[in-house]
Amino acid sequence: MASSSSSSSEGEGRRAWVPLASRPEFAGVTPLPQDDGPSPVVAIAYRDDFRETMDYFRSLYSSRELSPRSLLLTSLAISVNPANYTVWHFRRQVLEALGADLTEELEFTEGVAKRNAKNYQLWHHRRWVAEKLGPDAASRELEFTRKIFCLDAKNYHAWSHRQWVLQALGGWEDELDYCAQLLKEDVFNHSAWNQRYFVITKSPSLGGLNAMRDSEVDYAIEAIHANPENESPWRYLRGLYNDENEAWLNDSRVHSACLHVLKAKRNFKFALSTLLDLLGLGFKPNQEIKDAITSLRTSDSGEAGSDSDLANSVCSILGREDPMRANYWTWRSSKLPQAAEV
Amino acid sequence: MGELAGDKHVKYILSVEKKKDSFESVVMEHLRLNGAYWGLTTLDLLGKLDTVDSDEVVSWILQCQHESGGFGGNIGHDPHLLYTLSAVQVLALFDKLDVLDINKVTDYIRALQNEDGSFSGDIWGEVDTRFSYCAICCLAILKRLDSINVEKAVRYIVSCKTLDGGFGCTPGAESHAGQIFCCVGALAITGSLHHIDKDLLGWWLCERQVKSGGLNGRPEKLADVCYSWWVLSSLIMIDRVHWIDKEKLIKFILDCQDTENGGISDRPDDAVDIFHTYFGVAGLSLLEYPGLKATDPAYALPVDVVNRIFFGRCST
Repeated sequence: MASSSSSSSEGEGRRAWVPLASRPEFAGVTPLPQDDGPSPVVAIAYRDDFRETMDYFRSLYSSRELSPRSLLLTSLAISVNPANYTVWHFRRQVLEALGADLTEELEFTEGVAKRNAKNYQLWHHRRWVAEKLGPDAASRELEFTRKIFCLDAKNYHAWSHRQWVLQALGGWEDELDYCAQLLKEDVFNHSAWNQRYFVITKSPSLGGLNAMRDSEVDYAIEAIHANPENESPWRYLRGLYNDENEAWLNDSRVHSACLHVLKAKRNFKFALSTLLDLLGLGFKPNQEIKDAITSLRTSDSGEAGSDSDLANSVCSILGREDPMRANYWTWRSSKLPQAAEV
Repeated sequence: MGELAGDKHVKYILSVEKKKDSFESVVMEHLRLNGAYWGLTTLDLLGKLDTVDSDEVVSWILQCQHESGGFGGNIGHDPHLLYTLSAVQVLALFDKLDVLDINKVTDYIRALQNEDGSFSGDIWGEVDTRFSYCAICCLAILKRLDSINVEKAVRYIVSCKTLDGGFGCTPGAESHAGQIFCCVGALAITGSLHHIDKDLLGWWLCERQVKSGGLNGRPEKLADVCYSWWVLSSLIMIDRVHWIDKEKLIKFILDCQDTENGGISDRPDDAVDIFHTYFGVAGLSLLEYPGLKATDPAYALPVDVVNRIFFGRCST
């Protein structure tokens, strides 16, 4: 399950390769070729810089030389193969042995991140450095992840790092605003919605989910009205009422939002599915909602009678609208509570 | 609809294994053990594991093992849970688990469990639910699950549940199909699936299927063949696989093949690699595509291999 992707380091201002064998700082190092086991490696010079760099790395690694030239070599090795985790390990050992300036190390990782923003080793290394630097590193880490999000606002590693920074080093004050900004740029960014939930539930400066619920319901519904086909705010809205079914049933803003979407007769899948959830919990829809649902049915089989007929109607409309998940919607209808006395 | 070009994929896998000087091989050098697992499991699913010299592979794997008992991604690489799992899985494929000093491997893994029940990938301390899965799957295969604190491990995984019923890499992190597979798999192996809201998670998972029939890993992202494994195996483990359109998914996977040179890519017309070849074939196996061995969704190994581990040699 490790990522199989690693970048080659072509282009981008690579100077002509000066063989390590002719560099004075590596004098005395005997390069070690890769040992892949019984079948000998065919000695084709695929890429001189790659092969030579790794041969020199193996040599210094196996002799455990924790020196400035080892540090340089790990930089070179990382640039040719940034996913090679053993190189990163060795680099950390060298940094510790040299008592190196870790602020410079942050700059080094930023350089690597430019070409390899989805590399596991890079992010773990960055975390290791930031942890050593402590709370003073917080704002720089938040700025760093912000830059990454400018290029890819859903980078999973960056989000994981940012959450760690907030919890370990602090910096919560502007986080809700940052989420709002990202959602303004792309309201479909599920990572940003997830972060918003993270902030309202965990930020020490906001008072927790109960305190934030009311305003967040309004926020989610606003996003729903703008794009009812957007999966994220619907899930967010449901998440605001996690384990609070009664409160969810009784918040009229929720079913009003569903009704609003249904009346527009477009992109109503999540509105219907939410209504289905509510019906399953005992929600009693008013006539307006019943009519809105009825008007979405293609076949006219009379008025929607009992609530269970209504719920079945919802399921069959959903099966029609979302045929890929027809089995799911059929299963939902099989799970409906039996019709109560009408 | 096209067909599975099984023979071509076998040829492709064997050629990658032989061409140690190719660019793909060279940049994958540090995770060759993962590559061995992907390639060899695919061969086994296609019924062609015997085209490989098992003694050679076993001897190489043992050279990847460290003093600590853990395995590195290749000879000369540091030990890590990711490669330790692959090592044990490949040995299981060849029915050679007996070459291991089980105590050593167990000691390596249990030492990586943290106070809160989570697992670090190695001594450098990175925590991720992927590593919970690696530890639990590995120890279960070795029948040494009792050597860790399973209750704490489960509690940690459950703490990584998200607002939409899925799981992330750490508590609070976003739902991601890959992480979901790891968490559901770990919960399945430890008999803890009751912690999952199967209906809610099942719906999130089946919503990963997009128009093309392929599966993505998160809302609004592109479909990728590897999710054919992670989403699908998760759905099977929670008994909800009938919620996706299987025919459309099969067609998507088959469209990702390179039917001339073999191999499968992340999406149609992209370059192939071993990783996606495995996930494509394993996904088809889960979908009961004809001509493939059945795959265990939790252990990610052929069912007959898992049966052999837990029930001994079968007469058929």
